[in-house]
Amino acid sequence: MKNLNSLAIGLAVITFAVGWYLGGSNDALTITSSSGGKSYSGGYESDQSTAAKGSGAVKLRTTEGTIHIINPGDSIQAAVELATPGDTIQVMPGTYSETVYIDKDDIHLLGVIIEGERATLDGLKTLNDAILFSGNNIIIENFKIIDYKGNGIMSQAGNNFEIRNNQIIDTGIYGIFPQLGKNGLIEHNVVSGIADAAIYVGMSDNIHVAYNEVFDSVAGIEIENSRHAIVEHNHTHHNTGGILAFITPGLPVKDTYDVIIRNNFIMDNNTPNFGAPGSTVAGIPAGTGILIMAADDVVVEGNIISNHKTAGILITDHGNADDLTLDPESDPNADGAMILDNVMLNNGYDTIDAVRAFALTELHTGDIDIFQIGPTEGSCINNRHRYKTVGVSDFTDCDFTNTDDIETYLLAGGAEPRVIHPSERGEIAYLGVCTGCHAYAGRLIGPSVMEIQALYADRPEALVNYINAPIPMRDNYPEMPAQNYLDAETQLAVANYILKVGN
Amino acid sequence: MGKSLLHNCQYGTKISVCGFICAGLFLVSSTFATEADIQLADTCPPSFGLNDENRCSLRHLYQLYDSLQDSGIGGLKTALPKARDGFSPQQIDLGRFLFFDPILSADNSLSCATCHNPDQGFGDGLGRSVGIKGHVQARSAPTLWNSAFLSSFFWDARAQSLEEQAQSPLFSANEMGNTPEQLMASLNRHAPYKRLFKQAFPNTSAALSVDNVITALTAFQSSLVSLNSRYDQYAHGYHQALNEDEIAGLNVFRSFVARCSQCHTPPLFTNQQIAVIGTPEPEGLPRDIGAEETFDSAVLRGGFKVPTLRNIAQTAPYMHSGRFKTLREAAEFYTGGRGHAVPENEELLLHWHISEPNLSSDEIDRLVDFMKTLSDQSLIPTTPAQLPSGLPFKHMENMHEKS
Repeated sequence: MKNLNSLAIGLAVITFAVGWYLGGSNDALTITSSSGGKSYSGGYESDQSTAAKGSGAVKLRTTEGTIHIINPGDSIQAAVELATPGDTIQVMPGTYSETVYIDKDDIHLLGVIIEGERATLDGLKTLNDAILFSGNNIIIENFKIIDYKGNGIMSQAGNNFEIRNNQIIDTGIYGIFPQLGKNGLIEHNVVSGIADAAIYVGMSDNIHVAYNEVFDSVAGIEIENSRHAIVEHNHTHHNTGGILAFITPGLPVKDTYDVIIRNNFIMDNNTPNFGAPGSTVAGIPAGTGILIMAADDVVVEGNIISNHKTAGILITDHGNADDLTLDPESDPNADGAMILDNVMLNNGYDTIDAVRAFALTELHTGDIDIFQIGPTEGSCINNRHRYKTVGVSDFTDCDFTNTDDIETYLLAGGAEPRVIHPSERGEIAYLGVCTGCHAYAGRLIGPSVMEIQALYADRPEALVNYINAPIPMRDNYPEMPAQNYLDAETQLAVANYILKVGN
Repeated sequence: MGKSLLHNCQYGTKISVCGFICAGLFLVSSTFATEADIQLADTCPPSFGLNDENRCSLRHLYQLYDSLQDSGIGGLKTALPKARDGFSPQQIDLGRFLFFDPILSADNSLSCATCHNPDQGFGDGLGRSVGIKGHVQARSAPTLWNSAFLSSFFWDARAQSLEEQAQSPLFSANEMGNTPEQLMASLNRHAPYKRLFKQAFPNTSAALSVDNVITALTAFQSSLVSLNSRYDQYAHGYHQALNEDEIAGLNVFRSFVARCSQCHTPPLFTNQQIAVIGTPEPEGLPRDIGAEETFDSAVLRGGFKVPTLRNIAQTAPYMHSGRFKTLREAAEFYTGGRGHAVPENEELLLHWHISEPNLSSDEIDRLVDFMKTLSDQSLIPTTPAQLPSGLPFKHMENMHEKS
């Protein structure tokens, strides 16, 4: 099996290389997904189940749709337009300058890497965003993305996504920016040169950020107004701030809580702040390893945090931060900070005046590993004697030492869409759309529902056909607009509903 | 395409404002002879279903979706915030009569519809609205479309419910100039109103009350729903509903360069927060401090509630006091540079999304193209043929030229 696979890959490479020069190939490479699948069993005694299990955030496909292969010179977006849910788009190495937007569900957009050469999205410093998506169950994988002005990869309200193994360089404000979504995995990306946050999780739930390298940006990884997030095994270095968990006041989702920051390498984040004036990250003091602002229940465990001139871990409420707006609905305090064992070396050696001044009130001079300011409740720290601390005297000892029991906050099987019973779907579409022009009895704009019921009794399919492509039936009635924007399920549901609805 | 629901329905309502809709919805509107014949509808407005308790509940396609933390904000297929509904057909219809009736103002010179004219996107085409005796207001009249979904009201977010909102213009000396006492006295002088209030509030001993006036107005406002624009068809998955320019506009709109959708977030196209963006006041006017007063907080100086962009093409001029005459000018403001219109002696804590996007002229055109796809007036309510007070209408004469 193994041999066959490599043979198939070898052949495909040849085909691809030929196709590239001859103007295109339609053969798909054999690509083995790195998520899910069988696990290495070690070759020794093991009682591990060999069954494949999903380890990602998207819903596992039961059947694969079409594979669309894109070669340089083709439009990726054209393939997205053609694609239907369940399809995979494979983008061959080469340069593409476009904005790709996916307003559909269940599309896997995969760059193909051949001997290190990637499918490269080049924004030429003129395009806004490289990839936008709003659908659910989207995978974005293996791209190189450079020189955009807005975002590398942005999602708006997409659930169940995986953003993996992308190399993102100087794409404007954010490298990877999922927003308003639930259940997302961001792993194995290398992101650098970003004017705000390299990886910015905004107003989202159930997010896993792991094994990424982020550097030369203002903020490395940012968890903002989000819940149930784990940030682990990342290497964040040479940013202004390494990893941030905070609440921005004035956003419509008001809180951040339940965040685990563990086992990351957080080093040398002393880059002068080059954030845009007014942006929240513009207030991060250069030399901050971890910043927790107003977020609750944040666990910091097992990180190596070294060489930060302001502080290794900086915890603050809103009241001690500058230039924030007022939001009575956001709790300004950072409660429930939980500092477990971390390796902290050489932090706070050249801190900012405000931190130094507050430290002096505790008669603390010199380096600062952990700095806390503002009211806090329920916070704890283990082995505090190991660190140079300011402001943690009210912290208790934590009554646990690790987070081993929490492997992930990703939802097994993915976040489910709202379940709508067909009759409810029919009612929603009937009232939400049809009643604008059709009253039950008597003419509104179109004929009455009673007339329609008489015409199509027991023939919902015929009614579906009509609303998809209406033809004029009556004199002095305006032509009915096609309702083909409703999906087939909704069309049938509404046809059934109309045929049985009473007044 | 050109055959969308939107176009046909708008066309239908424009040829004859009442024609079709009156006939079906408000059963006798176009045929009665005197105010004594006015009856209240016993069916719900379109998009509402009547339940067994004679209450109308709203149904719309966004109820097929969820939103994160039930926030009612997100992307294309995202649930809306919970709407106010649950009023009876009679209360909604009574609210409609009251809304158009100048009897609500102290001198019968203006109705709610004077400043919230359905034919002008429930605005009045003015930068600053004009109240009783020519009093020029500080700000423009916000649209009422989709106000059922809002959690705060007025540009400065000083009211937290439609009921609280309705009292302010009614009893403000500079707006409708009325008092609760005078309002009750004048409504009581009209037998049809006494009858209609009893119909709408059958189980209350004193049906004609200030509270019930407010409830009826709230009920009517909650029926002003606009969720079937061409944009909505795109959102539900029909991508041919928008043309190439409009989709390009959508992508500028949601890009993190322009960042429009960060505050004008779908599906309502507002995140309902306060934002200090630093637009200029009309020539010669002092800075409007906005939400600074509401929250007694200097950091909100010059802050205003993010308005919905639905039906925005119908409500020129733009911003809280109408500084910008066109959608294009309003969009262009955001690319002028952070704080470019803030006077030197003025201290504003500008919103973090006010940046320097350097949008091209073409991108601004596309944004305007996109914003125009948010229009849907298919459920525009019918103006009554006659008012229970017998008074003449006072909103037609306030039609102002839009430039």
